Amino acid sequence: MNATPSHAAGSAYNFGFLDEYAKKEVRRSILKAIAIPGYQVPYASREMPMGRGFGTGGLQLTLALIGPGEVVKVIDQGSDDSVNAVNLRHFIEMTCPGVTTTTRTQEATLIQSRHRIPEQPLTRAQIIVLQVPYPDPLVVVEPSEDRRKTMHGEADYARLLVKLYEDIVKFDEITISHRYPTRINGHYVIDPSPIPRWDVPKLDDSPALVLLGAGREKKIYAVPPHTRAEPLAFSDVPFRIEDFRDRQGQRHACARCGCSDSYLDEFIDDRGARVYQCSDSDWCDTQLQHADTEAVA
Amino acid sequence: MNKILEVRNLGRTYGPGCPLCLEATGPESDTNLCPHCGSVVAIHDVSFDLFEGEILGVMGESGSGKSTVVKTLFFDQAPSRGQAIFYDSDRQHDLFALNAAQQRWLRNHRFGMVYQNPHQGLNFNITAGGNIAERLLMSDLMDYGAIRSRAKELLARTEVLLSRVDDLPKRFSGGMQQRVQIAKALATQPPLLFLDEVTTGLDLSVQARILDLILEIQQELKTAMIVVTHDLGVIRLLTGRALVMKYGRVIEAGLTDQILEDPQHAYTQRLVASAL
Repeated sequence: MNATPSHAAGSAYNFGFLDEYAKKEVRRSILKAIAIPGYQVPYASREMPMGRGFGTGGLQLTLALIGPGEVVKVIDQGSDDSVNAVNLRHFIEMTCPGVTTTTRTQEATLIQSRHRIPEQPLTRAQIIVLQVPYPDPLVVVEPSEDRRKTMHGEADYARLLVKLYEDIVKFDEITISHRYPTRINGHYVIDPSPIPRWDVPKLDDSPALVLLGAGREKKIYAVPPHTRAEPLAFSDVPFRIEDFRDRQGQRHACARCGCSDSYLDEFIDDRGARVYQCSDSDWCDTQLQHADTEAVA
Repeated sequence: MNKILEVRNLGRTYGPGCPLCLEATGPESDTNLCPHCGSVVAIHDVSFDLFEGEILGVMGESGSGKSTVVKTLFFDQAPSRGQAIFYDSDRQHDLFALNAAQQRWLRNHRFGMVYQNPHQGLNFNITAGGNIAERLLMSDLMDYGAIRSRAKELLARTEVLLSRVDDLPKRFSGGMQQRVQIAKALATQPPLLFLDEVTTGLDLSVQARILDLILEIQQELKTAMIVVTHDLGVIRLLTGRALVMKYGRVIEAGLTDQILEDPQHAYTQRLVASAL
């Protein structure tokens, strides 16, 4: 959050890679996005030294907000160690001297995430930036952007609800697993990026500021702190999160830390068995540490 | 009788328009294309009243502007001139002075439209039930069970087999598609319904059943309707009053029986004579 131009030591690039004017433009768009919760603010998405679709939207938000002293965490599908997260973290370390990075959720002041919100509840001192591939939830029902804008303006979301109706007719339940359309502050419906349904309730009344950035589609939108976020549903068919129950109705637990109230990834291990493990790696580590300290005590 | 709709001097010109357009077109000039600027005067100076439960017919040859009349009233197109007032119980709406959101509200809650081509009125990528659900959702009904039972009720009313409620309309016959369109239009029990060439292109027995259905609905729900058609049989069967249009102007208006039995305008005389 440093407005004065400063160069990274020994580097030809400005602090935070983007030039100050670019950061200013992004910040101005962020302010507008916060002022109109859920509204997709267009901005001049810059070329970044990585392909669009690799989190350039989220990265531009992060770089516009970052200043020396900031503690940054980068998540890719819940993990700090997958390629996308590692590369973005290195990029931030390289272009932002004085910024520390962490994998611990509660230590971070700024979290950039691809498709997950951490299990550890966020605080008012934190900002989470989500990377967005498709910002407009109406794109599935209306190809013309011009008409989509009118529909957003008039809060005309009936055709989106028809999709839910058709889902229930065909499958007896709403089958949207991620990118669940969510109404912000009673008006605009957003695509909350491909976070699982599990994470959608975390947007509601969140103490932390949630920013969403789409690089390729050049849009920024926000869920400001303590704002209503209601997933679209029918009054008699409420929104449900994943329950991770087996056929006997038993809730799966994480094979590594034993946690039974986190979002789980399912995979097949070396012996061909089905294994469940926390998707949020920091959460899983924290649970293991807790178990250790309790065992020692 | 309560007035539902009052239309005054409705007009629509396509093209740049010039001061001479309106004088240089019309039945006397035998064209609707302005010779000075090339604009098309689709309709000009159309005025009429519509009362509760009444069916008004609009007839004329193709290109006479009859569809443009209902399309402007249903907000599919904006008019160039004129005024229309919709009387909704004790409230009045000046249709063309409303903003887009208010127009959409009226369209979804108070009006219904059945197009000649079901592709315009239905979404062919969603089921018949989904099409009706769309209209109910637009009018803010948010209960799945209620939407479902209302959709079934409407399809039963319009004689669509209930076993086909979850089929795509593209698998339906033309007559069935038209009945789904009617069910969709009726979903919110609108006091005003526009029917644009609803039976054109259907075979005679199907036409007869759809016309029967429309009459039954009018008797049951006291829905006011504007029926656009070039088929004099439809005009005779359905409507109490009718307008005859040519080159965008109303050349004759009055009781349907009177117009068909004793046409005054030369064009209407030819039209009636050719149908017999």
